Amino acid sequence: MAGNKGWYKWKWVLFFLAPSLAGLLVFIVMPILSSLAYAFTDWNLLSPPEFIGFANFQELLGSSRFWLALRNTVFMIAIYLPLAFTLGLGLALFLNRRFRGMLIVRTATYIPVIASWVVVSLVWKWIFNPSYGLVNYGLRLVGIEGPAWLFEPTSAMFAIVITSVWKDMGFIALLFLGGLQNISESYYEAARLDGANPWRLIRHITLPLLSPTMFFVVITLLINYFQMFAQVWLMPMANSAADRQVETIVTEVVTNAFSYNRMGYASAMSWILFAIIFVITFIQLRLQNRWVYYESD
Amino acid sequence: MNQTKTQPTNFTANKTATYLVMALLIVTSVLPFLWMLSTSFKSQEYILASTPQFIPENITFESYTQLADRIDLPRTMFNSMFVAVMGLTGQLIVASMAAYAFARLEWRGRDTVFFLYLATLMIPSVVLIIPQFILVRSLGWVNTFMALIIPGLFSPFSTFLLRQSFRGIPKDFDEAAVIDGANHFTIFWRIILPMVKPTLATLALLGFMDRWNDYLWPLFVARRPEVITLPVALAGLQGGPRSLTEWNMVMAGAVVTVLPMLVVYIFTQRWFTQGVMSSGLKG
Repeated sequence: MAGNKGWYKWKWVLFFLAPSLAGLLVFIVMPILSSLAYAFTDWNLLSPPEFIGFANFQELLGSSRFWLALRNTVFMIAIYLPLAFTLGLGLALFLNRRFRGMLIVRTATYIPVIASWVVVSLVWKWIFNPSYGLVNYGLRLVGIEGPAWLFEPTSAMFAIVITSVWKDMGFIALLFLGGLQNISESYYEAARLDGANPWRLIRHITLPLLSPTMFFVVITLLINYFQMFAQVWLMPMANSAADRQVETIVTEVVTNAFSYNRMGYASAMSWILFAIIFVITFIQLRLQNRWVYYESD
Repeated sequence: MNQTKTQPTNFTANKTATYLVMALLIVTSVLPFLWMLSTSFKSQEYILASTPQFIPENITFESYTQLADRIDLPRTMFNSMFVAVMGLTGQLIVASMAAYAFARLEWRGRDTVFFLYLATLMIPSVVLIIPQFILVRSLGWVNTFMALIIPGLFSPFSTFLLRQSFRGIPKDFDEAAVIDGANHFTIFWRIILPMVKPTLATLALLGFMDRWNDYLWPLFVARRPEVITLPVALAGLQGGPRSLTEWNMVMAGAVVTVLPMLVVYIFTQRWFTQGVMSSGLKG
């Protein structure tokens, strides 16, 4: 490129990069590093931080609250992931059909995605109200007495997962739609000439060629759902059996940091969460060549 | 599917089934919002009916009046709007400039610096929230707009995405401009940016949505009425002085919070869906 010599060039690099790089260093890189340091301290924000080695991590591993949070997180992911994945994929396959009015369906199923998690949590909290909510009303119509939902830990977690699947389905479907539209029509034409039925088209063409997208979706969902917050923070009923019993790692981090001012302990917990996400993503990456099919060009 | 066309009866059945599924999907997606709207127009006594009424017998706006008593609505709306618009504008300026340095300038160490950007993308936001809070607190920014706007400006994701778009533009454009005597700022502003308008539009919308809906960060840095944003104010309506939640008022708050976002979405949905499909990024 012309005019890219010496100081003149660096002046322009500096001009374009400085705002972003300075911001990144001050508001992202530096906080990450200091958080790693806080994890090894005892700090309540009032007195100066005190270095305590691995004590936070030791306390964590022996804390029943931490294990409760981890158990809850894993429990909810174990229900959420297969449900959200299957329904999202099904929705995408459906939306991908050329049919009049399909655009309206796509628009509608995406509305929950653009709504704030606070709005969605509160609307569903009302819907899951055992006495006056729509869900138990519907169940009563078919003769079932519904559970206490957000008043009781296990049913509260189911309610949270149902709400999350409802909110995320449109997003997952859209990710799959992107993958579906990259599959060349010529594969289908060839298969149809060979007399393949619609199910075989899906089974032997769509799904294998969609596997890179599936892989991406699984990783994205895992990373996102490990960090769920608002629905867990807002949905369980205060002063009920579910109160403080439905916790995830993120809500525990937030409670320790902002209610108990235990900055060091909470930082340590956030790094454990990061480690878990990192390990799971790493395992997924290693396992991908067992099932992900990349089309060679 | 094409070959069903050869079997007329099958085709009609298939068509009916498709319409049924379409209707079911629309109802499932929209019903909770209609229920929210319906509840917001009821008075307390009608809410606690064992048979839910979808169209309220007595439509009343009392929950909205109640809501206006509890939170300063114009102020809160302004705060949300201000934070969202300032934040996305700043983010786009910062990110597109950095993307220009990464995509259109050649300098030593460029790939190393870019790798730093990518590496920070891996860190989950929960790791960042505590040290960012401590930083913002030591800067004296708690309960100011600075806390709500500034730390969010430097998301490497938009830089990454814009760099991709910039790289897709042939270098001939820059070279022609240089011959005409243009400097890098002119090339950036007059040539490159106008060519990536779709990416900018998508990023602007997602940036707006992120900030409009954000809860975790504002919850701890902006609780005072002068700076509080809608989601935080809305979540604070639960319980209330009489511990029993006034669901009609909470639903009125939900309506007020979701409506502006909904309007933006309905008018711009093409950019939303294209952006998510091409990049896989969410809010």
